[in-house]
Amino acid sequence: MTLFTEITIFVLAIFVGFEVISKVPTTLHTPLMSQTNAIHGIVMLGGLIVLGYADDPLEYVIGTIAVAFGAINIVGGFMVTDRMLGMFSKKPKPKGEGESK
Amino acid sequence: MIEAVLKPGGDAATALYIVAFSLFIIGIKQGTHPTTAKRGNMIAAVGMAVAVVATLLLDGMGNWGLIVIGLAAGSAIGAIASVRVQMTEMPQMVALYNGVGGGAVALIAWSELRHGISIGGDIPLEELIPTLLAAVIGSVSFWGSNIAFAKLQDLIPTRPLAVPGQQVINAVLLIGIVAACVDIAVNNGDPSQALFIGILIAAAILGNLVVLPIGGADMPVVISLLNAFTGLSAAAAGFALDNVALIVAGTLVGSSGTILTLEMATAMNRSVSNILFSGFGGAPAGGGGGSGEERPHTSIGAQDAAIKLAYADSVVVVPGYGLAVAQAQHAIKEVADELEKRGVPVSYAIHPVAGRMPGHMNVLLAEADVPYEQLKEMEEINPEMPRTGVAVVVGANDVTNPAAKNDPDSPIAGMPIIEVSEANEVIVIKRSLSPGFAGIDNDLFYEPNTSMLFDDAKKAAADIAAEIQNL
Repeated sequence: MTLFTEITIFVLAIFVGFEVISKVPTTLHTPLMSQTNAIHGIVMLGGLIVLGYADDPLEYVIGTIAVAFGAINIVGGFMVTDRMLGMFSKKPKPKGEGESK
Repeated sequence: MIEAVLKPGGDAATALYIVAFSLFIIGIKQGTHPTTAKRGNMIAAVGMAVAVVATLLLDGMGNWGLIVIGLAAGSAIGAIASVRVQMTEMPQMVALYNGVGGGAVALIAWSELRHGISIGGDIPLEELIPTLLAAVIGSVSFWGSNIAFAKLQDLIPTRPLAVPGQQVINAVLLIGIVAACVDIAVNNGDPSQALFIGILIAAAILGNLVVLPIGGADMPVVISLLNAFTGLSAAAAGFALDNVALIVAGTLVGSSGTILTLEMATAMNRSVSNILFSGFGGAPAGGGGGSGEERPHTSIGAQDAAIKLAYADSVVVVPGYGLAVAQAQHAIKEVADELEKRGVPVSYAIHPVAGRMPGHMNVLLAEADVPYEQLKEMEEINPEMPRTGVAVVVGANDVTNPAAKNDPDSPIAGMPIIEVSEANEVIVIKRSLSPGFAGIDNDLFYEPNTSMLFDDAKKAAADIAAEIQNL
């Protein structure tokens, strides 16, 4: 890919990002942030590539840490977002359950 | 036996990356409504799985043992943390995730530079410059986020910690970083790795120094900003590695962080640079408040409050971070349930900076089973305030201070507020008359239609719920 192709993609992605994300309501901003944390875990690809082609001890260490950091982002981010969104989509409890005492 | 099938940078790998980022965009788009957001999150996660598998299939990948260790360790930490974390601790968690994301980028950049050196010859500038950018932004966000985490977790004081000559040190560090980057770029035939490590360290110090002086009240802005930074660092790494998935995903995160940063700053009526460089947000502890004279106010007990609420036409609850600290969200929900049983409509007015991060209060209330339809944004609820019977302020302070509207000399003048003083009656549940984050007296407490209920938010709410039941 040429540099200018990449810049084109970058600029278009900025517009798409602003367009899509500005429609997310305030109510969902915290899950949005944890979800973007997870999407940011895409850097794990960089870690995998670095580690997959590494051939000296320092790079083994750097690469393994980078992969682990990325995996924390991906797994932790998606899971915690799912947990939070579960609270929003929960049906209101049937009357009487929390109020019986 | 793992047989690698995809050529690095080849058509098949790129096609899968395109599928991946498309799924991210669809996933975020589904996140625009609470009922579809959960599915959207799943779609984004599928996109991530596609991207990871495509990468693992690249030709020539090795070191599988280490890859498995890294994946397993990171996944385990992430999974355990996501199950254990309390909803009140979400800001810390997001800060930490911002941090590890930035840290990963800085490490990848370092490795890329070593890789370039080992190949020999000139490293192309279109690869070297994004590598340097990724290193600097990644390192700043890693260390800045760690400080933000430590502040939110109360490991270090939340008040602004200023270093003498702060601005000068920051400027010197920044100039040093730029100079070192230029030196590496000019000597791209034989870049100094020591200088590169120096850049990482200088950026680390800069990250610390920028976040340390920022007070607890400004954390929503800081977290959002660091979110944007980590996104940009991932995009920069994408340029360095010629990887479209990284460029698009990083840019999406960068856009999201930027939008949230600007929204938070608007909600506080301050510019981002003012928040970053003024050391406000808790500094002027004595300013305005505690000037000695006792101003007259009305104090009531739980029983009176219960009567006011039970016979009101409508009730609006205005929660603040104090509600979360007191863990009072469930108790407040009980009050709301009792009122609704008596036919009093209840809604919640959420100020954009009511929690410690964007949308935090909404999550806390959702956790307490408050239906999201009852959560109203500031612009939505303010026009309804004059028709509201009783507004109940719980653990919120500055965001209800009418001085922001009426007193042009107030430090918070112009800040958008929830106009509770427009309601027929106001009940403020608070431990004392002490000022909030901004360190100024709240005029609301002394207005004739305001009653103060001095107590812990959780206890007060439980008492009120019991009293309503007894009516």
